[in-house]
This record gives sequence, C-alpha cells and structure tokens, in this order.
Amino acid sequence: MAAPEELPAVAELEDVHRVYLMGDNEVRALNGFSFTFRQGQYWAIMGSSGSGKSTLLNILGCIDRVTSGIYRLGGEDVASLDDDDLSDLRSRRLGFVFQSYNLIPQLNVLENMQVPLFYQDDPPEDGEDRARALAERVGLGDRLDHRPQELSGGQQQRVAIARALINDPTLILADEATGNLDSQTAQEILDLFDELHDEGKTILLVTHEPDIGTRAEHILRLKDGLIEEVLSNGRSGL
Amino acid sequence: MQSTLTRTVRLGVRSLMLHKLRAILTTLGVLFGVSSVIAMLAIGEGASAEAQDQIRQLGSQNVILRSVKPAEDQNTTQTTRVLSYGLTQQDLDRVKDTFPGVRRVVPLRELPEETRFGSRVLRPDVISTMPSYVEVTGRVVSMGRFLNDFDQRSVSNVCVLGHEVARYLFPFQGPVGQRVKIGADYFTVVGTLLPRVRLGSDRANPGEEITGEVFIPLSTGRKWFGDILVKLRAGSREMEEVQLHEIIVEVGHPENVPMVAAACREMLSRNHDERDYEVVVPLELLLRAEETKRIFNIVLGSIAGISLLVGGIGIMNVMLATVTERTREIGIRRALGAKRRHIITQFLVETVVLSVGGGILGILLGVIIPIAVEHFADMRTIVTPGAPLLAFGISAGIGVIFGLYPAWRAANMDPVEALRHE
Repeated sequence: MAAPEELPAVAELEDVHRVYLMGDNEVRALNGFSFTFRQGQYWAIMGSSGSGKSTLLNILGCIDRVTSGIYRLGGEDVASLDDDDLSDLRSRRLGFVFQSYNLIPQLNVLENMQVPLFYQDDPPEDGEDRARALAERVGLGDRLDHRPQELSGGQQQRVAIARALINDPTLILADEATGNLDSQTAQEILDLFDELHDEGKTILLVTHEPDIGTRAEHILRLKDGLIEEVLSNGRSGL
Repeated sequence: MQSTLTRTVRLGVRSLMLHKLRAILTTLGVLFGVSSVIAMLAIGEGASAEAQDQIRQLGSQNVILRSVKPAEDQNTTQTTRVLSYGLTQQDLDRVKDTFPGVRRVVPLRELPEETRFGSRVLRPDVISTMPSYVEVTGRVVSMGRFLNDFDQRSVSNVCVLGHEVARYLFPFQGPVGQRVKIGADYFTVVGTLLPRVRLGSDRANPGEEITGEVFIPLSTGRKWFGDILVKLRAGSREMEEVQLHEIIVEVGHPENVPMVAAACREMLSRNHDERDYEVVVPLELLLRAEETKRIFNIVLGSIAGISLLVGGIGIMNVMLATVTERTREIGIRRALGAKRRHIITQFLVETVVLSVGGGILGILLGVIIPIAVEHFADMRTIVTPGAPLLAFGISAGIGVIFGLYPAWRAANMDPVEALRHE
C-alpha cells in the first residue's frame, strides 16, 4: 500500500471555522480544523455530541458553509461557489447515507435511487440501467417497484447506499448509517461499506459507536471542533 | 427517458395522492369557483341573447310609435262616452312626408273582434295594416301569402292568420282558402305566419296568454269596423276612438335611428295635448340591454373573483402546511443536489395540479349546470367557448400566484435544518 501522502487529496480543509449563533452565544462547532481526506480511504469520524463531527460532515457534504477557512473538494474551492453550484456539486460528486435512510416516500426503489441524477443539469442517459445494476448489487433487484414504506430498515438503507453510489461520487458521507438498525443488519451494511472500500471508494462514516469505528480503516476523533486523535486500525498504516 | 416536466407533474400528482382527502377538499374551492363562473356566465349570456333577440324582432332599424290610453278620469267611468286618444292619420302623414331618412311607414289598428270558424271561437288581436308590415317587422309567411296592395286597394275581405290562431281554428285542415268570420263578416284566409317569440314589452299586458293575431287590410278594417272601437269589459261597455294603434317607422340606415326617434318624440309632443302615445326605439333598448349585460358581467366577475380568491387562499393554506410537513423531504432533495428552482418547480407544479385539477372539474360541472338549468328551468343558456378557456387560465393562474409563496418558503429552507426536522 502506498503511503497516504502519495494518494490524491479528495477533500482538503485548512483552518476551517464554523461559528453558529445560538441566541447571543457563539458556538464554535469547528475551531480551526485542518485535515486532508485522501482517495480510497475509509474513515470513521468519532467524538462525543457537540464535538463538531456533524458540522464537519455537513461542510464536507456542501450543505453547510465554512465561516472562515478553505475547503477544497477534488481541488475545487467550495467557498466561492453559489447555492446552485453547490447543489450541482452535491448531485454529481457526493453520496449521502443518513441514519434514518431518508428515502422519498412517494417514489419507488428504482426512482429513489435515481433522485441525484434527476437534479443534474445534464442527466446521464443510462440512469435507469445504473439503478438496476446497483439494486442487484445491494440485493434488491426484485424490489424495484416497492415503495420505501414496504421495505425493512435494512433494505431501505441498502436503497439509500445504492442512491449514494448512482452518481459515482468522489466522496461517500454516511451519518450514523447503522444507528437505526439491529446489530445483524448493521453488520450487513458495514460489510457493504467494506466492499465499497475494497473497490476504492472514499468513505467517511460518522459514528459514536466504537465497534463500528474499529471496522473502518482509520479513525478521526474530534473534540471541541478540533482533532483529538487520529488512529489507524492497522489495515493500512498512516 | 421522460421529460423533466412530465416527471415533475407525475411526482406532484403522486405527492398529492398521499393525502387524497386533503387534495380533493382543496380542489373543491377552485371547482366551485370555476363552475359557478361558467354557469353564471352561461345563464347571463343566454338571458341577454334572449332579450336581444326579442328586441331585434321589433326591428333594430325601426322606431315604433304606439297609442297609449291616458290615465282615466274618475268621473267619466260611469257615463258612456267615446274616449278619443292616440295616434292620428296626420301623425302618420307627417312622419311619412316630412322626416328625412325614413324609408317606410306602416300603420296598425287593433280591432277587438271575435274570430270564429264553425264552432271554434277566439278573441285574437285583429290587426288591420298595410302589406309592407311583414317586411318591416321581418315576419315570415309560412303558408299562402301576406296581404298585398290589391287587397288594400280593393278593400277585400281577406285575412292572414297568425300561427296560434291558425292552429286553433284549423286543427285538422289547411286554413288557406277557408272563410272565417271576423266580427259580423266573412274573410277568406289567404295565408298564415310563423310564430314569433313573445316579447315581454310588446303588449300592454305581458304575461297574459298569447291570443294570437289576425291580419286584415287597413282599408277593409276601416270599412267594416269604423274608427270607434267597442270594448266589452266586466259588464260595462267602453267605447274608444283610436285612429291608429301603432305606427312602425322603418329608418333606412341604423345610424339615423336616434335622429328619427328624436324627431318623432318632438313631433308627437307638439301635436298631442296629452301623453297618449309612447315611442319605442328597439335600438335604444338593445343598447340598454347591452349596458345591463355589461354591468351584470362586472358584478359576476367580482363575485367570481372573490370565490376564486377564497379557493386560492385555501390552496395556499394547504400548500404551506404541506411544505412544513415535508420539510424533511425538502432537506433530502436539497442534500441530493436539488437546486432552489427544482424545489420551487416541484411545489409550484403541485399547486398548479391542484388548482387546474379543480379548474377542469369545475369546467365540467360548469358546463353541466347550464344544461340542467336549460332542461329543468326552461331558460336559455349559452356557454361561450371563451368561458371555459378563461376559467382554465384563471385556475392555472391561481395555482401559480398562490403557490409561489409556499414554494419560495420551501426553496429557502436551510438544508441542514430541514434534514434535522422530524
């Protein structure tokens, strides 16, 4: 395995601050955070609540903006982009997996997987074929016309993962992706992430469960909006 | 791959179908607004067309002078005397000879005579007039012919029957060539006329049964029945002397109608001491009817506007609730790459689907109501092609106007906040 420094940078953060105003109080969710996530890495982002891990994920996912500092996604400076450009970036370059699956109830499985493509300025022709292939991949090839509410939690999360993969994203962001699942199902989902990692996807998984953290390649532990420690799980050294 | 718009519309319909009852109730506001607009327009249009038809039958190029019995003196009712009033032969001559722009003048006398054939008796309006009557009034001969100049000159005992009289007296045979008894004399029927729509203002007593008309030459009428008319009424005898009951003045060009009407009024007021005449100008009535219709349409438009406004507010209310309810969905879509305009389009399309759906149902109902009214209330209704189009446009417009704010609210939600929303 090559040294991480030699891997191309996917997401670079330099001295990132994110300050919220809660009434009269300033909350510094990120306080001069600097880090670089590299291609093909699988990170578990951990930390107690209020440590800034969700804020970090939102900024990485381009649904939140830095108060100051620099965030480059695939070499592109995100701070200079307007709302439409950010949306475009999300639909083309990012894949989200949420704790509560967040599928759209009016759409069936096949349509839910294609939602990010719908919002691209120039949607690919083969969107449906991709969706079918991904459905097979996550083991839902026979559930294409089911609505989310007709599926189990594990199945819904598989659809959500397939949806996150439909645009072949630069970065997959998962927020407590197994938090609502029983341990058996959670293991299956984590197996799926392992597979994706083996295929070379870059995955960032926010979790507060140590068990899950240890399944990742590396662990990034946050405290008070700063890095507390960086761990490697030995599958490849830092 | 289907087009973006089709997909957005289908998605909108599906989102609405998640709450079927709510969607249906919301469309009701627009449905009733639109259907009442169309139905009221159709009924108004029908009534106005009816009025205009009736006025046109009087002849929009005509000015009609009529004798009117002046208000009676209380003292004279007991004594038997001849009441003399109304238009005179001189009036007729003045109009005919001195008024510019007048093409033809047709005098009419109404004789209160019985008409019988065998055992069938009727009291129609026996009208003695000139041959040109039929042309000036636009009446149509259905059988035989109308009176002609020869009848007039030779003072012939001929008559033309109105539709109702012909039907009543001759239920089983052709009337032409038969002899009917009018008053004390026999008249040969030479023709019949098609019926005309009854005019509310045409006769002195609107609402009274049509008694029908019998036409005889003016000269014949004068010869047999004289100038003094004897009316038998509720046990008393009443005698009147009326030279002419009506003078129809046909004006050559419609633009001269107001001038001729003014001249007639002027001439009559100078030559009559009492107001024993009236001047009816169908063109003026027509203009007045159009003005009435215009006012009616404004009133209607305001009512319709208010009802559609209420419908629109209802839709906006529901859409605001929907947006709040679907905050999370909005967050998901934004996270997955939806731009603000995508969200705006999505909610706007939903609102327009609601309002246009209500609009289409409203158009259907609005077309059915006039048919039902026509069938059950025996009123004429006209659904102009513009009305449904207008209603459709308005309902779509309501969707856009009242959908904009909720859609804008949805689009401007913070994605992070929206995703956190339970």
